[in-house]
Amino acid sequence: MNYLGRRLVRAVLLLIGVSALCFLFTEMAPGSFFDEMRLNPQISPEMIAALRSHYGLDQPLLVRYGRWMKSALHADLGYSIAYNTPVAPLLWSRAKNTLLLTTTALLLTWMISVPLGVWAANRRGGLLDKAVNLASSFLVSVPELVIAVALLAIAVRWRILRVGGMMSADYEDLSALAKLQDVLLHLALPAFVLVLCETAVIVRHVRASVLEVLGAPYVQAARGFGISRARLLFRHVLPVAANPAVSLLGFSLAGLLSGSLLVEVVCGWPGLGPLILEATLSRDLYLVIGGIMFSALFMVGGNLVADIMLLALDPRIRKGAADAH
Amino acid sequence: MRTRTAILVVLLAGLHLVLLFAGFFAPYDPTTQNRELPYAPPTRVHFKDSVGFHLRPFVYVWTSGLGGDQSDSYQGSYQEDRSHEYPVQFFVSGPSYKFLGIYEMGTHLFGVAEPGKVLLFGTDGYGRDELSRVLVGGQISVAAGITATFIALLAGSILGVIAGYYGRWIDESLMGITELFLSLPWLYFLLGVRAFLPLHLSTIRTFFLLTGVIGLIGWARPARLVRGVVLSARNRNYVLASRGFGGSDFYLLRRHILPETFGVLLTQAALLVPRYIAAEVTLSFFGLGVNEPVPSWGNMLSTLQQYGVLVSYGWLLAPACALVVTSVIYSSLADVFHSRLKSYST
Repeated sequence: MNYLGRRLVRAVLLLIGVSALCFLFTEMAPGSFFDEMRLNPQISPEMIAALRSHYGLDQPLLVRYGRWMKSALHADLGYSIAYNTPVAPLLWSRAKNTLLLTTTALLLTWMISVPLGVWAANRRGGLLDKAVNLASSFLVSVPELVIAVALLAIAVRWRILRVGGMMSADYEDLSALAKLQDVLLHLALPAFVLVLCETAVIVRHVRASVLEVLGAPYVQAARGFGISRARLLFRHVLPVAANPAVSLLGFSLAGLLSGSLLVEVVCGWPGLGPLILEATLSRDLYLVIGGIMFSALFMVGGNLVADIMLLALDPRIRKGAADAH
Repeated sequence: MRTRTAILVVLLAGLHLVLLFAGFFAPYDPTTQNRELPYAPPTRVHFKDSVGFHLRPFVYVWTSGLGGDQSDSYQGSYQEDRSHEYPVQFFVSGPSYKFLGIYEMGTHLFGVAEPGKVLLFGTDGYGRDELSRVLVGGQISVAAGITATFIALLAGSILGVIAGYYGRWIDESLMGITELFLSLPWLYFLLGVRAFLPLHLSTIRTFFLLTGVIGLIGWARPARLVRGVVLSARNRNYVLASRGFGGSDFYLLRRHILPETFGVLLTQAALLVPRYIAAEVTLSFFGLGVNEPVPSWGNMLSTLQQYGVLVSYGWLLAPACALVVTSVIYSSLADVFHSRLKSYST
């Protein structure tokens, strides 16, 4: 368990580092939420100063950071000035939707890219391999924004999927099954955009790591023993090739979350993305910091899941963990 | 492989030349509005009329059929007014622009006599010529991408060299910080940093702010790569020999170590430029970047957030197409550099 313990400590340190970084950036910020009020002649400067001190914005950096840490430990993550509530519950109500979108996209991505990558590596230089290579290198280089806008245009134009928001206007009147169907139809477009972008990245890595393992001597030996191709691939090659691919999961999560922010805004999915954007535009600092912290939390959580999976998949790491004791 | 590289380099040079001389290639000023021509579709270029075939292409003007059919959408309401032909002329004088940002010039590659209009990519909601906007906007977006890449690579290679060369606690703490930067979803981070900076600024200041922010976030990966190269180069025998002969740190870095990082930096540059162009486009798309009326690919695309516009006026996707072309060229070049680097190192 030493391995996981070390990872956990690392994760906590990372989160603390991110929050410290955020506060350092706020210190650089010349403006604040109350800047717009300053232009209003009906609000006196004293009033603004009072508001600033009410929200603790006039305190020095370290005091603010200490206060924020305390509120983070109470699972509040500070106070949103625009919404006038603690940040965490506000973010959590949106984060659920982001999680729904990203986990769906993540699962689909892996379900598609693992078989596709193995297949492409198996038939190296074949038609499918070439097609996968071409499509993935194209999709990797096209910015996500363009993919999102283009697919949105197609979906709206031919009325294929439901776009805008997460539910139709008459959602409340629908039966349970129809509700599920409605959400799924709304989910399809943003999830598809994300799957398309992510699959392009991951399929290449899966292919590359399978190819590397296929060249190993033990695979040749196994082939010599007459083990069938399918068994060879899925029983002998894939578990070994899984290690680099699973390590990639953590990195792919960062891309997925960024992509999800973008796609949420473009498709109107009520996740963290639109909320953060709105907070950015209105300079609601603690909400922005909270959003960054949530995204960092997801990243760290995803990395931990990847670590646990690695522990289960790769005996070398288990062995190493035992040795370290 | 060599021909492919050559083709890519030529394409890239062509793209940048067109963008550099955007004012010359654009037939109109990107901010001039034609209120009577909102959302005009791309002008059709004709060669044949009732008389016969002409070598010199010509265009007709769009007349808005609005009012007659009482529809509130402009779509399909434009008709060609065939009563007068406007031949396309080359090297015409038109609205003045700053050539290379210095000389005042008025010569454009092509154009038609007034009141004809040649709108190859149509117009946007204010009747501004989309082609001119794509070209001039591209100037800003691509320049932002290149500047941000420069900043990221500069910061990344300085810190990477320091970490790799001096090692020990400097290395450890710097690499800890890079991990921090790499572990965050970049878009959240970008929005976060942007949130702490003033929202409305002049275009020049916005430009440098944006590129600064993007570069600031992006330094971590080049820093790690450069560190790796420096770390392995530092202990090569010839470097050790040179040190033994009394070469100073600065001399060793300049003469032996920095040249080794060149390949990595070049690959990273080709990889990062399209990514940072996309970052600028994304920020401007969100309304956090370059502000109207100055065009950038991002703020041009942001009108497409209205579904009605997105569906009816397909030509407004032109900046997206330009972005795709730019990205594909850059990343193909990055692939070439990358495979070259690999074949060198093995």
